[in-house]
Amino acid sequence: MAAPESSAAAVPTLYTNNALRNAFGGVLAFFILLLIGVMAFSIRLFSVIKYESVIHEFDPYFNYRVTQFLAKNGIYEFWNWFDDRTWYPLGRVIGGTVYPGLTLTAGTIWWLLNSLNIPLSVETVCVFTAPIFSAFASWATYLLTKEVKGTGAGLTAAALLAMVPSYISRSVAGSYDNEAVAIFALIFTFYLYIKTLNTGSLFYATLNSIAYFYMVCSWGGYTFIINLIPMHVLLCIVTGRFSSRLYIAYAPLVVLGTLLAALVPVVGFNAVMTSEHFASFLVFIILHVVAFVYYIKGILTPKMFKVAVTLVVSVGLAVCCAVIAVLVALVASSPTKGWSGRSLSLLDPTYASKYIPIIASVSEHQPPTWPSYFMDINVLAFLVPAGIIACFSPLSDASSFVVLYIATSVYFSGVMVRLMLVFAPAACITSGIALSQAFDVFTRSIKFQLPGIASNTEVDAAETSSSTAEAQNDVVKAEKSEETSKNRPSKKSKKKEKEEKPLTKAKAEKKRLLALPLDSSVISLLLLILLGALYVVHCVWAAAEAYSAPSIVLTSRSHDGLHVFDDFREAYAWLRHNTDVDDKVASWWDYGYQTTAMANRTVIVDNNTWNNTHIATVGTAMSSPEKAAWEIFHSLDVKYVLVVFGGLVGYPSDDINKFLWMVRIGGGVFPHIKEPDYLRDGQYRIDSQATPTMLNCLMYKLSYYRFVETDGKAFDRVRQTEIGKKYFKLTHFEEVFTTHHWMVRIYKLKPPKNRIRGKTKKSKSKTSTTSSRAKRSGTGKKNPWN
Amino acid sequence: MEAPIRATGILGFTLFSLLFFVCRSSPLHNLFISNAERRIDVTSHIVKVYLTLKVENAGTTPTSEVLLAFPPTQVDHLATVEALVTKGKRKKTTLVRLDVKPTELPDAPNGAKYFTIYLANPLNSGESTTLEVLYLFTHSLEPFPAEIGQSESQLVHYRDSALILSPYHIKQQTTFIKTPSTKVESFTRVEPTNRAGTEIKYGPYEDRPPYSFSPILVHFENNSPFPVVEELVREVEISHWGNLQVTEQYTLVHGGARHKGVFSRVDYQSRPTLSGASSLQHLLARLPPRVHSVYYRDEIGNISSSHLRTDSRKSELEIEPRYPLFGGWKATFVIGYGLPLQDFLFESSDDRRYLNFTFGCPLLETVVDKLTVKVVLPEGSKDPSAVVPFPVDQHLETKYSYLDVVGRTVVVMEKKNLVPVQNSHFQVYYTFKPIFMLAEPLMLASAFFLFFVACVAYLHIDLSIRK
Repeated sequence: MAAPESSAAAVPTLYTNNALRNAFGGVLAFFILLLIGVMAFSIRLFSVIKYESVIHEFDPYFNYRVTQFLAKNGIYEFWNWFDDRTWYPLGRVIGGTVYPGLTLTAGTIWWLLNSLNIPLSVETVCVFTAPIFSAFASWATYLLTKEVKGTGAGLTAAALLAMVPSYISRSVAGSYDNEAVAIFALIFTFYLYIKTLNTGSLFYATLNSIAYFYMVCSWGGYTFIINLIPMHVLLCIVTGRFSSRLYIAYAPLVVLGTLLAALVPVVGFNAVMTSEHFASFLVFIILHVVAFVYYIKGILTPKMFKVAVTLVVSVGLAVCCAVIAVLVALVASSPTKGWSGRSLSLLDPTYASKYIPIIASVSEHQPPTWPSYFMDINVLAFLVPAGIIACFSPLSDASSFVVLYIATSVYFSGVMVRLMLVFAPAACITSGIALSQAFDVFTRSIKFQLPGIASNTEVDAAETSSSTAEAQNDVVKAEKSEETSKNRPSKKSKKKEKEEKPLTKAKAEKKRLLALPLDSSVISLLLLILLGALYVVHCVWAAAEAYSAPSIVLTSRSHDGLHVFDDFREAYAWLRHNTDVDDKVASWWDYGYQTTAMANRTVIVDNNTWNNTHIATVGTAMSSPEKAAWEIFHSLDVKYVLVVFGGLVGYPSDDINKFLWMVRIGGGVFPHIKEPDYLRDGQYRIDSQATPTMLNCLMYKLSYYRFVETDGKAFDRVRQTEIGKKYFKLTHFEEVFTTHHWMVRIYKLKPPKNRIRGKTKKSKSKTSTTSSRAKRSGTGKKNPWN
Repeated sequence: MEAPIRATGILGFTLFSLLFFVCRSSPLHNLFISNAERRIDVTSHIVKVYLTLKVENAGTTPTSEVLLAFPPTQVDHLATVEALVTKGKRKKTTLVRLDVKPTELPDAPNGAKYFTIYLANPLNSGESTTLEVLYLFTHSLEPFPAEIGQSESQLVHYRDSALILSPYHIKQQTTFIKTPSTKVESFTRVEPTNRAGTEIKYGPYEDRPPYSFSPILVHFENNSPFPVVEELVREVEISHWGNLQVTEQYTLVHGGARHKGVFSRVDYQSRPTLSGASSLQHLLARLPPRVHSVYYRDEIGNISSSHLRTDSRKSELEIEPRYPLFGGWKATFVIGYGLPLQDFLFESSDDRRYLNFTFGCPLLETVVDKLTVKVVLPEGSKDPSAVVPFPVDQHLETKYSYLDVVGRTVVVMEKKNLVPVQNSHFQVYYTFKPIFMLAEPLMLASAFFLFFVACVAYLHIDLSIRK
C-alpha cells in the first residue's frame, strides 16, 4: 500500500487522478490477499471434512507428542526432556535433538488461546497449525514477489502458492510437520532479505536475522537459505552489483543469524563447524574485501590504487592459501568431510543408495519422476521458463535472486522428492511473475486497440498506473539508494538517476510499440485464463483426493459403500489399554513414533533413525529365524512384537514389502544376514519358489501365521500369489492380538523355558549354546546387547 | 485368596447368629414374616433379587418400619434397594413406592447391615401387608476359573444363603435362582432343593428363626459380557443460546473372567459362537430424543464403528469398542452429544431455572463403579442447588470455557456403584439473568472496535522526528 503512494508522489501531475485509484487498488489488494489466505486455509481442510480432525502419518505424531509434553510441562522441562520411551535402552534427548520451531509455535498458540479462555485441545491446535501457516506463507509470497515485480505479480504468486499441490501435500490439516511452518519461514526470510536489499535498512536486516533464526528453529532445510543467500551475494559482486545495500543485507545476517542459530540446541556449534555453513563465511570475507576495495578506491587516486591492488593481491593470496589449507585440513579430518549424510546425498545423488541404506529406504528421499513434477506443480512447470525470462527484463538484484532461487531449487528437487517443497514457492513466484506480465501485456494491448477508450491522455494515465507495478520498484530503489548511499553513489544508482526522469514517457512509448493485435491478445488472454482454471481444478483435485488421506485410517469405496480400515488405531488402542505401561514393543522403525504417541509404549527404534546399529539389530531380528530373533528381542527386554501385514486386504505398504530394507540395513551391520539368501535368482518372492531363509525368517512367520485358515489357500492380495509355506507353528512367540482386517498383528514373546534339571544336561546345553555363540561370532557380530 | 476367607466368615457368621437370635428386643419381635419368596436372577452380571414378603404384625403396637438385613459381604455390592407395596384389592391393584433408608442398629449380629422400609400406613396389630422388594448386586458373580482362554466359556460362582437373612421370624420361605443356561456345574444342596431347567429351587423351608443363614454356592455358566464402567464423568453444559452439551468419558472394562493366552483373530472371526462367547462386542446407549451432533471417539481419534438410530421417543446409539473386549481388557472412549435446551431446562415457580436431567449412565446393562456428574451452569448464574433422589457427594467447582471472565459454576455430584435402574432424574436449580448471555458477544465486539480504533489512530499519528 505504501509503494503505490510513493510512486504517485513521484509523478505529481497525475496525483489527484491516481490517489483515489491507488487507494482503491490498495483496498482491493488487501481484500484479495485476505481471500487468498482464506483459500489457502480452507483448501487444506479436505482431510478434516473427508476423514476427521486427526494427526496424520508418522512424524506428525512425534511432533504432536512433543507439543503435548511442552503444553503439559512447560518450556524448561521441554529443553531438558530425556525421553526414555523410545530407543530403548538408549533413550533420546528430545530437547537437544529436535527442531523446536514447530512445537514452540503450536505450543505458543495453544497457550495464548488457553490464556484467553478458549479451551482448544493441543490436538486441535496441532491439526490446524499447518493450514494457518500456509495462509501466512502465501502472504509472505505476496510480499516477496511484490518486492521483485510489483503488486500484480505478488497477488498472482500468492494465489498460486495458496493452492500449489506440492505444498498442500505437506500442509493439509493434520499434517503437523516441520515443513508446515518452515516454508513460511523460508519465504519470509527471503522476503526480508530482498526487502533489505531494496531498502538498505538495518531494521529489515535485523528482522531478516530473526526470521532466519525462526527458520533454523523450524527445519533442517535452513541450510538452503544460508547457502542460497551467499550465492546471490557472490553473484551480485561478480556482476558488479555491489552496493552498501548488499552489505547491509548480508553482513548482519551472517553475524546475527549465526549467533542466533547457535542458540538452537540441535544446531549449536554446527552453525560454525560444519561444511554446510562455510560458504556463508567465505562470502562474508569476500564481501568485506570487496567493500574494502571500494572504499580504498574512493579515497585513492587511480594510480595509487593500482599499486595498492598488486600489493594486496599478493599478500592476500598468501593468506588465503593458508586459510584454505587449514580449512581443508579441518574438513578432511572428519570422515564425511564435514557434511551430513543427507546433505551429501544432495550433492551426490548416488551417495545414499551406495552407503546409507537407511536414508535410501525412505521413499521421500528418492529422486522424483517426471509425472510427480506434473502432479506437484502442474501448469507452473510451463510458466516457470517464461517467468525466468520476465525476471531478466530488466534484471534487478531482486529478480536475479529469484532466478538463482529457482535454478538451485530445481536441482535439489531433482535429487529428493521431499525438496520439491522448496521448489514449489520458487515456481509459484516465477509463474506469478510470468502470468502477471502476460496479463499486463495482453490487457494493455486490448486497451490500446479498443476504439473509443483510447484517447491518448487516458491511455497514458492508465499505462503509467499499470506500469507502476514495474516502475515503482525501480523508482523506490532509486530513491532509497540515493538516500542511503549519498557519499558513494554506486554504479547502479547513478544509472537509475539518469533513467528516472524520462522513465514514464519512455515506457509509455515502448509499450505502445509492443502492443499486440487485438484478436490474438484476446485469444491468448482466454487461453491463459483456461490455463489458470486447469491449474485450479487440478489443485482442488489433488487436495481433495491425493493428499488428504491421513494414512492411519484408510478407506476404500466398494459397491456396498464406504469401507473404513481403522486397524492401526485399533492395535495402538489395544496396546495402550491392555499391556503394562512399561512394556517394550518392537516393530520396524516406521511405526515407532505412532506407537509412542498413540499407544504410549516404549519402542526400540523410531522414525528418528539416529542410531543405525539399533535399527540394524531390529532388522536382523526380523530377518532371523524364530529362535535367534527371540534371543535378540529378549536381550532387548522386548515383550511385544508388532508387524504390519496387508496381505488380507491388499494394503501394499506393509512389512513384507519393506522387508528387503530390513535385510539390507541389518546386513549392513551384522554380516551374517545376507541379502542374496532372501532372493531367488535376484527376485524377491514369498511364494513356493522363495528361499528357505525367507520362509523361515521371523517376519514371514509373524505375518503369515495361521493366514491359511482365512481362505484355505493363503492367497496374499498384495503380492498376488499364494504364500510358500502355509502351515507352521510358532514356538517362541504367541499371537496376542490381530486387528479386524489383520493389518496389524501383535505377538508376545513367550517366557524363557525353565532350565532343565540335572547337572549333565545343564552342562551339555551350556556347551551347545557357547559353541553356537562361538560359531556366530565367527561369522560376524551377532547382537550387540548380548 | 478372597474366597476361603469369605467362606470362613460366613461360617462364623452362622454360628454367631444362632447364639444371638435368642436375645432380641421387643419391636422386632412384634413382626414376623408369614411367607417369603425370593427370586434371584443371575442371567446377567447384575444380580437382581425380587423378594416378596408377607409381613404380619403379631405385637400390640402398630409399627410402620420393616427391616431388611444384609450380610456385610453383600452390602458392599448392593447397588440399590427398592420396596413397593400392593394396594387395592384383586384386580385394581396398584404399586406404591416406599421409602427405603439404610439404618444402623446397635446390636447387629456380625456386622449385619440394615435397610428400613417405611410403610405408608402403619401396620396395626394383627394386620398383614405384602411388600415387593427389589435389590441389585453388582460384582457378585465371581468368575471361576478366574482366567479363561479364548474358546472357553465363562463360569461363575454365586454365593448367597439358602435362607433369607432377616431379623424376623420367617414361617415359610422359598428361593429360586434363575441361571442363564442349563449348564450348572454344581450347587449346594440344602434340602429340599431341586433343579429344573434354568431354575434352582431352595425350599420351601418352614419356621426359621431370625438371622438364620445357610451359605450356598452355585457354579454355573454365564457367557454374557460383564461391562463395567470403572469411571464415568458426565459433563452437562448449559448454554442459554439453546443447547445442552453432554460429554461422557468412559473407562470401560470387561469384568468377567480374565482372558488368558492367545487371541486368535481367525478363530474369533470364523467361529464366533464358540470362540470369545463372553467377549464384549457392542454396547447400546439410550440417549434422549432429538439428540444431535453425536460423536464417539477416544484420545487418538474418532471410532468409526457406531450406529445412531433416532425416532421421536428415543435415540439409540450402538457403539463398538475399537476391539472386542475380553475379560480384563480395558478401553476408554468419549461420547458427546447436543440436546435442545427447551426439553430439559424449565422455570420453577420462584423464578429460578432448573435443569431436569437423568443421573445415571446411558449404557444399558452396565455397572458404573464411580460416577461423577458435572453440571456446568452458564457464566453469571447464582445460587446453585441440586436435588438428587439418592445420597450423593456434592461440591462446587469453577470452569473457564470460551472467553469466560469470572468462570462458570460447576455443580459436581459423585456416586459410587451405580446400576441402570437408578437412571432417575435430578434437578439443578439456579438463578440466571438473561443479560449475561450478551456479555461475550459484547466483549468481542468492543475488542474488535478498539482494535480498529487503534488501527485508525496508528495510521493518523505521525511519530517521525524529521519531516
